[in-house]
Amino acid sequence: MHSYLDFEKPIAELEGKIEELRHLTGSAEINIAEEVSKLQGKIDKLLVQAYSKLTPWQKTQVARHHDRPHALEYVTALIDDFTPLAGDRQFAEDSAVIGGLGRFKGNSVVVLGHEKGSGTEGRLKHNFGMARPEGYRKAQRLMMLADRFALPVITLIDTPGAYPGVDAEARGQAEAIARSIETCVGLRVPIVSVIIGEGGSGGAMALAAANTILMQEHAIYSVISPEGCASILWRDSEKNEDAANALKLTADDLLELGVIDKIISEPIGGAHRNKQAAIATVGTTIEDALAELSGIDGSILKTRRREKFLEMGSKGLS
Amino acid sequence: MNWLKNFVRPKLQKLVGGGKDIPENLWHKCPECTQMIFHRDLDKNLHVCHHCGHHMRISAQKRLEMLFDDGAFQKVEAAPTVEDPLKFRDRRKYTDRLKESRTKTGNNDALIVAHGKISGIGVVVAALDFSFMGGSMGVAVGEGLLTAARLAVVQDSALIVVPSSGGARMQEGIYSLMQLPRSIIAVEEVRDAGLPYIVILADPTTGGVSASFAMLGDIAIAEPGAVIGFAGARVIEQTIRETLPEGFQRSEYLYEHGMVDMVVHRAELRDALGRVLSLLKNQTPAAHVLPMLDADAKGTGGVPNIHNPGKPDKG
Ligand SMILES: [Zn+2]
Repeated sequence: MHSYLDFEKPIAELEGKIEELRHLTGSAEINIAEEVSKLQGKIDKLLVQAYSKLTPWQKTQVARHHDRPHALEYVTALIDDFTPLAGDRQFAEDSAVIGGLGRFKGNSVVVLGHEKGSGTEGRLKHNFGMARPEGYRKAQRLMMLADRFALPVITLIDTPGAYPGVDAEARGQAEAIARSIETCVGLRVPIVSVIIGEGGSGGAMALAAANTILMQEHAIYSVISPEGCASILWRDSEKNEDAANALKLTADDLLELGVIDKIISEPIGGAHRNKQAAIATVGTTIEDALAELSGIDGSILKTRRREKFLEMGSKGLS
Repeated sequence: MNWLKNFVRPKLQKLVGGGKDIPENLWHKCPECTQMIFHRDLDKNLHVCHHCGHHMRISAQKRLEMLFDDGAFQKVEAAPTVEDPLKFRDRRKYTDRLKESRTKTGNNDALIVAHGKISGIGVVVAALDFSFMGGSMGVAVGEGLLTAARLAVVQDSALIVVPSSGGARMQEGIYSLMQLPRSIIAVEEVRDAGLPYIVILADPTTGGVSASFAMLGDIAIAEPGAVIGFAGARVIEQTIRETLPEGFQRSEYLYEHGMVDMVVHRAELRDALGRVLSLLKNQTPAAHVLPMLDADAKGTGGVPNIHNPGKPDKG
């Protein structure tokens, strides 16, 4: 049922045992129940242990876990009357970026997110969350719409990066990302970004120049993937772990660096083990963040956002 | 000093068995057509190959000398920034790489900011130096752009940026990514002040630099043959597993795809800039003298033929 990560091997074994026991229907049913709960206790302990000290490379695996809740799952659970809006009005609809109008905790919002897709078909449909220029241009369009109608913007960040393709380049991938960031920094409405999985480079940044930047405990956010960094700087694709360490891509590091504002805790064993709880926690944290921004004049929101990003880089790690 | 090694033509040197290394400072090999070019010719020709027209990468210093009137400008230092904020180390320490680049280029980081005049119009120019860690953008480059933008605003002058960069500086991790919005905000400050922001895209302009300030010029000028794009060609090839189209991600390709306003030969850049600046600011060219209207023209509603005799009407 679960797909396990390398470091979850002991957990996989125990859960396998539980499965076996559950299939044993026989005389000593009470003993089985007892054994299962004992094993479950062990599993919980192991999960707490493993997930409390994940290495940056392990977090990278968790952040990319196929079962991790994706943007559309957050939207489905948290946004009422979600009304998807499509297309960039110039070339195409790009499902790698989803967006639309909806009601969040009773108030109208514009929501945007990178959607990686689930299952083979879903992943192909959403291009693994790797947007083309049309995705970023749709995002710009929806942000401008939010600005015009004074609606707050929520963005859910989860992408390996912008799509590296001939067509994407031909239609101005770089310009689309740059313009999307420009649109973010110019908004006169609150914008809250949540890094819910993989915050991959410029493709992530395109939707993340926000007033408040939240990040889930096991999400990652980086200028380049550990793999890319390893192959360029180490010239060795085996050095992913070293690169992940050096890049400081975990929520803890990014909080210390002043890049994110708050870490959102995840259920034991990561968001993928209890999607509902993970999504609910993200929901209340966004609600708090929006409450803090509500009632602030649009030009002040913009000024503060600018000041926030102008400060980026002034702190170093101690 | 060995006079043979330093002063004799490389071909001759080969004949006398002078080894395979060509004295770098005297003869340059064009990376495009592999022809040898004498350094004085190269300098005179603004580092454009006179055999094939290839525009070679030049230092930020040379770029400034080339763009400003009479090569005269005043450099501006940006405020110091945190060095090595992540205490980054790959196969080498980032601080060592920095030190090496500083020694090699004589600059503190990859961006040089200066102000002066182009065609008599006051401007601020910020140029990236590819030889400083691939012209990559970290916090110091972001700071430099901000300094340049604010200087332009204070001086009520245009901002001209010349990127030549592989992208974000990985050794500064997330902070280099944060320079995307930071540099864009710098550009916005210039825009808010109603001043022109002009970008001269030089080889290469890729990655995080192309995905931020570089592609947001009010006017985008590209040097011929420059590689401009977001994703690296090799990454794209690996992803799509097919060979890339001819001229992919080159200036001319971007021009055809509507991504830049013009592709301008290096020798004509200053004139093009001067013209664009004076048009944007609706300034009458300094050297221009309005022709007298004779009675005849007045009477028939004739319009004087206004043109600037000093400048050809081509881009
Ligand atoms: Zn040549």
